[in-house]
Amino acid sequence: MLIDLTQLKPGEAGIIKELRGGFGFTKRIYNMGIREGKLIKKVSSHFWRGPQTIEIDNARIAIGFGMAGKIFIEVNG
Amino acid sequence: MKKILLMGNPNVGKSAIFSRLTGARIIVSNYPGTTVEFTQGKMKIGDERPIVIDVPGTYTFEPSSKAEEVAVKMLTEGDLVINVVNSTNLERNLYLTLELLEKNVPVVIALNMWDETKHQGINIDARKLEKELGVPVIPTCGLTGEGIKELISRLREAKPIISGISSDTDKWKRIGEIVESVQKLTHHHHTLLQRLEDVSIQPASGLLIAATVIYGAFWVIRTLGEGLIARVFEPLFQNIWAPLMLKLGGLLGEDTFLHDVLIGKLTDGSIDFTMAFGVLTTGFFVPIGMVLPYIISFYLVLGLLEDFGYLPRLAVLVDNFMHHLGLHGFAIIPLMLGIGCNVPGALAIRILEERREKFIAATLMAVSVPCMAQIAMIIGLVGERGGQYLGIVFGTLFALFIIKGIIMNKLLKGASPEILVEIPPYRIPQFSAVLKKLWMRSAWFLKEAVPYVLLGVLFVNILYALNIIDFLSKIFSPILTGLWGLPKEAISALIIGFLRKDVAVGMLGPLNLTTKQLVIGSTVLAVYFPCIATFVVLVKELGIKDMLKSAAIMMFAALVVGTLLNIIL
Repeated sequence: MLIDLTQLKPGEAGIIKELRGGFGFTKRIYNMGIREGKLIKKVSSHFWRGPQTIEIDNARIAIGFGMAGKIFIEVNG
Repeated sequence: MKKILLMGNPNVGKSAIFSRLTGARIIVSNYPGTTVEFTQGKMKIGDERPIVIDVPGTYTFEPSSKAEEVAVKMLTEGDLVINVVNSTNLERNLYLTLELLEKNVPVVIALNMWDETKHQGINIDARKLEKELGVPVIPTCGLTGEGIKELISRLREAKPIISGISSDTDKWKRIGEIVESVQKLTHHHHTLLQRLEDVSIQPASGLLIAATVIYGAFWVIRTLGEGLIARVFEPLFQNIWAPLMLKLGGLLGEDTFLHDVLIGKLTDGSIDFTMAFGVLTTGFFVPIGMVLPYIISFYLVLGLLEDFGYLPRLAVLVDNFMHHLGLHGFAIIPLMLGIGCNVPGALAIRILEERREKFIAATLMAVSVPCMAQIAMIIGLVGERGGQYLGIVFGTLFALFIIKGIIMNKLLKGASPEILVEIPPYRIPQFSAVLKKLWMRSAWFLKEAVPYVLLGVLFVNILYALNIIDFLSKIFSPILTGLWGLPKEAISALIIGFLRKDVAVGMLGPLNLTTKQLVIGSTVLAVYFPCIATFVVLVKELGIKDMLKSAAIMMFAALVVGTLLNIIL
């Protein structure tokens, strides 16, 4: 089942399956290493639709709630 | 080889390598976007003296932002590129590397932050990577200087690779293969620092830590600042400078014009440095005796927070709040730099993406973020009357910050963009690096501030001597006296405020104001207009049209706030 990044719970991880949104957006996050097939781990989620922090490869990235909603993930198990 | 470019992703240590190569002193910090302007310097290789350019960080050469556009343009001018790569995040960094290799320029790769790979259980075979890519690959550590010599000695080996242009998908596939073959990961336990990283980015514990850090920071700044004044700077001025000035005054003869300009007015036959207003007395005392101690303590604390890597975390924590003001969390960084001095703050506004954000951030900073020079003077003058009055001044500014942000966010077309930023790992600051940065910033303050302050004080004396102040004070008295309840002579402070805010606040001293007037005067001075140096930078960053709009908002805010305080207090 695909869920978006905002639905992932802190501490959980999954594989990125799909990036929705415009070309500019996907390009931007692509370049930061957020791409299909990568393992992504949610580190924290801030109150009131606040930014989501994630761990991907060895980097930590803070990403706005709206953007996070365009990243779709499959959680294994 | 004439021009060497340092290129790489944001926050990979380009500036640290730059200062190793050139010996130039530039600001190095642990957050993406420290370098907003190209910095250039010269290095020495044998007899050659090539120019080295520190290019702001970029993830790609397909220009999706202003910074990247400029990076692409720079590339055509470079004879050689040192591609600085963060070895703890090889995969993502290699994308830019592959793009670079397709550009037909000689490339050398610095595998930077090499020291950190060991702690993180990352093992990279640099030789193998060199074979894979076909260009020299040298492990380096910009902060300690490890590998820099080898990097320099191998610059000559760089040659352009002849390769076709490959698609994105092909590039990522190739990167996958390269990383697979050169990098081995071993399991490692989270270090104490990494656990601290986790705690400080969680919403609840993060906010608690942020509150503690901010409170602690201001406590240290104030305690250290006061301590430096009481133990070092006051005694210096009272015991050494004052007797010297009195002697000089005796030589000039009291009541002469030169005495008025250089020494100023004596109080009961002695020099009160805040009252005298001579170029050599108050002119030196304001920047050195009152402001410099706070500049030192502020930049020491800021430098520690920057190098530790705390600021991006603070940006994430305040992101939600900042959205109400039309900004995202990362705008906190220019605003924090603005507390030191609005000029570097205004320059850092460049890290924000959109025109709307830049406008809001610039206006908020100019209106509600007094620089440390001004803060020091307000603490000196208003603080004397009681701590609660400091509360009123800074509380008013903070309220204004929020109200104006909310109003601008509502009125200006568009929405605030979302945050998207890499959060660097915590790093234990190197004491020598922090001190070096502190020294650079303090020296910069002295070089930039002291001449303006002296000029300002001289200017005041001339304006008084020519009766211009009298003339202007009559014209502006309806606002000054009518709305703000200040004596009309306060116009002199407002005029000098265009030049330097610290001197301007200082000029309220000799006016014998009531506490209420002092509070209103200090607040209005902070709000009504930026100093000339900040103004010039903002015109450059925003364009003259937006800056005029912003200035109109500032003056309107000053009118309203001054009047309200006059009614309420």
